[in-house]
Amino acid sequence: MASITLEGLKKTYSGDVHAVKGIDLQIEDGEFVVLVGPSGCGKSTLLRMVAGLETITEGTLKIGDRVVNKLEPAERDIAMVFQNYALYPHMTVYNNLAYGLKNRGFKKEDIEKRVRIAAKMLEIEDFLERKPRKLSGGQRQRVAMGRALVREPAAFLFDEPLSNLDAKLRVQMRVEIKQLQRRLKTTSLYVTHDQLEAMTLGDRLVVLNAGQIEQVGTPMEIYSHPASMFVAGFIGSPAMNMLPVDYLKAQGTNGLLDNLPDGTDVVGIRPDDMHLAPPTALHLTVDSTLALFEAAGAESHLYVTLADSDQPTVIRVSGQPPVAEGETLRFFVTRDALHPFNSVTGKRTGD
Amino acid sequence: MQTKRMTYPGRFLPYALLAPQVIVTLIFFIWPAGQALYQSLLREDAFGLKTTFVGFENFVRLFRDGSYLNSLSVTAVFAVGTTLLSMTMALLLASTVNRMIRSRSTYTTLLVWPYAIAPALAGVLWWFIFNPSIGIVPYMLEMVGYRWNHRNSGSDAMLLVIFAAAWKQISYNFLFFLAGLQSIPQSLIEAASIDGASPTKRFWTIIFPLLTPTTFFLLVVNVVYAMFDTFAIIHSTTAGGPAQATNILVYKVYADGFVGLNLGSSAAQSVILMVIVVALTMIQFRFIERRVNY
Repeated sequence: MASITLEGLKKTYSGDVHAVKGIDLQIEDGEFVVLVGPSGCGKSTLLRMVAGLETITEGTLKIGDRVVNKLEPAERDIAMVFQNYALYPHMTVYNNLAYGLKNRGFKKEDIEKRVRIAAKMLEIEDFLERKPRKLSGGQRQRVAMGRALVREPAAFLFDEPLSNLDAKLRVQMRVEIKQLQRRLKTTSLYVTHDQLEAMTLGDRLVVLNAGQIEQVGTPMEIYSHPASMFVAGFIGSPAMNMLPVDYLKAQGTNGLLDNLPDGTDVVGIRPDDMHLAPPTALHLTVDSTLALFEAAGAESHLYVTLADSDQPTVIRVSGQPPVAEGETLRFFVTRDALHPFNSVTGKRTGD
Repeated sequence: MQTKRMTYPGRFLPYALLAPQVIVTLIFFIWPAGQALYQSLLREDAFGLKTTFVGFENFVRLFRDGSYLNSLSVTAVFAVGTTLLSMTMALLLASTVNRMIRSRSTYTTLLVWPYAIAPALAGVLWWFIFNPSIGIVPYMLEMVGYRWNHRNSGSDAMLLVIFAAAWKQISYNFLFFLAGLQSIPQSLIEAASIDGASPTKRFWTIIFPLLTPTTFFLLVVNVVYAMFDTFAIIHSTTAGGPAQATNILVYKVYADGFVGLNLGSSAAQSVILMVIVVALTMIQFRFIERRVNY
C-alpha cells in the first residue's frame, strides 16, 4: 500500500496533441479517487501513464516514495482492471489468477492459498477450472478483480471496469467494488465517464476536462460547490440549468439578485431546487410552459420552456404532480440555490 | 452458425450458375484423377503400343523400390525443413512488423512481394545466389572455410531447395501470422506486462498459444505446399539431383512418367500423392475447429 503522487504530469503525442496538460494530484494511502470526465478528456491516458502503459512526456510520478517514471508496469507494484477485462482466454480462471504470481516466482502452495482466498472473497470458487468464455459478464468482471487483488499490490487501477455490464449488474458490482475497497484499504484510482458511478464510489473526485483538472473534492463538495460551469453541467443528472442573470432580473426578482458576487452573469440552478410551490424564504419567480413531462417513478422531470426565452430548462420534482403538457407553470427559486458563474471565464464567481 | 437460404425462381438457374465450376472441376481434376487411377493399374511400354492390366503390381513394386523409399524420406525432410523455416521466419517478421506503427503497411507490402514471383523464377534466383562459381553466398562461405557445392553435395542441394521454397512461402505465412497477431487484443498484452511477464515470456505464454489456430492452419497449408507446389523450384535448380538427393515425390512423378516414360509407375505414384493430400485435407478439416483452444 502506498500513496500516489502526480507532479505536473504531461502527455504529448507526436506533433502537438496535448492529451494531458499538467496534472498535480496527491492520492493518499488507502484512498479511493475517481477520475471522471467526458470521453477524450485524457482520463484513460492519465491512468495508463500511472500504470506504465503510456510513457510520461513530462512531470514526476511517485508511488510511495519511489519515482516510477521509467519503471516497467510490472515493477510499479500496481494492478489494473481493464474495461474489456483482458482475461487470458486460453487459461482457466485459476491460471488467470495465478499467472501474475507465477511470473513473480511465488511458491506453488503460496499461489494456491492466495488464489483460494481471492476466489472465496469474490465468490468465484466454483468457476476456477473454467475458461473465461464459459463465464457471464459479471463473473468475468469478478475474475478480473480477482486477478488484480491476488497480488496484494500497492494500488488498484480501474479503467471503466463496469461499462460493459448491463445496468442492473453495474449497480451491484459498483456496491461490491466499494465494499471490497473499504475492506482491503488499497489505494485505488478509478476512471469513469459515468458521473453517478463517480459520485457513489469515490472518497474524492477529480473532474477532468480537455486534459486538465477542473476540480478536486469529495463528491458532495463538488455537487454542492461546482468550481466551474463545466463541472456544474457534468456532475448531477439531469444537468444543472444555467440562466442568464439579465433574464432573471427582467422577470422581477425582489432584489434577490442584487448582491451576487462581482462578475456574475449566469446563475446555475439544480433541477431539484426549482420548486412549484412558493417557499417561505425570499425567492424569485419565473413563468414557463411545460413542454414535456417525463415520469421516472419516484420522481418526475419537467422539461419547460421559459417565458420570453429559448433556454432549455429541467425541473425535478418528487412523485407525480398534477400537471399537463402545454400548461403554464410558475416556479420558485431561493437565494441559496443559486450557483453564480461568469460565462466568459466559465468559473464560479463566489461561494 | 446461421446460414441464409437463397431461393431461386426456376430450377434451371442455380444449375446454370454452378455449371462453370463443375465443368472446370470435372475436366481438370476429376477426369485426370480418374485417368491416373486407371493407369496406375496398367503397365504400358515406352512407345504406348502395348498395355497390360497388372492390378496393384505398380504399387507393390514402388514400395520395394529403394529409390521410391528414398524419395519418400527426401520429401519428408524437404517438407519439414521448408515448413519450419518459412513459418519461423514469417512469425519472426510478423511479430516485428506488428510492433511498428507508421511503417507497418510499407513493410507488409514489401514482405508480400516474393509471393508474386513465379516458383521457377524463385528457384533460378536462389540458384544464382548459391551458384558455386558465380554466386555470392558460396563466395562468402569460402571465406569461412566452407566449400559450397550443391552440384555434388546432397545436403547442400537440399538446403538450396529448402531456402528457395521457404523464401517464397514466407510472404503467405507472414500475412496470416500478422492478421493473427492483430486479432489479439492489445489489453491482453498489457495485462500480461502488468502481471510481470517479460516480452519473451509474454510471447510464449500469451501470444503463441493464442496463435495456435493460425499456426495449425499454416502447418497443413505449408506441408501441402512443400509436397505439391514446389515442382518448378526443384526443376529449375537441382532437377532432383545430385544422386536423387532432392528428388521429392511430385518431381519423381514427372521424372518417371514424362522423362522415364514409365507411365504405370508414375500414375501409381500420383495416386499415392492423391491419398496423402486427401489425408492432409481431412486432418485440416477435422482439427481446425477443435484445435482452437479458447
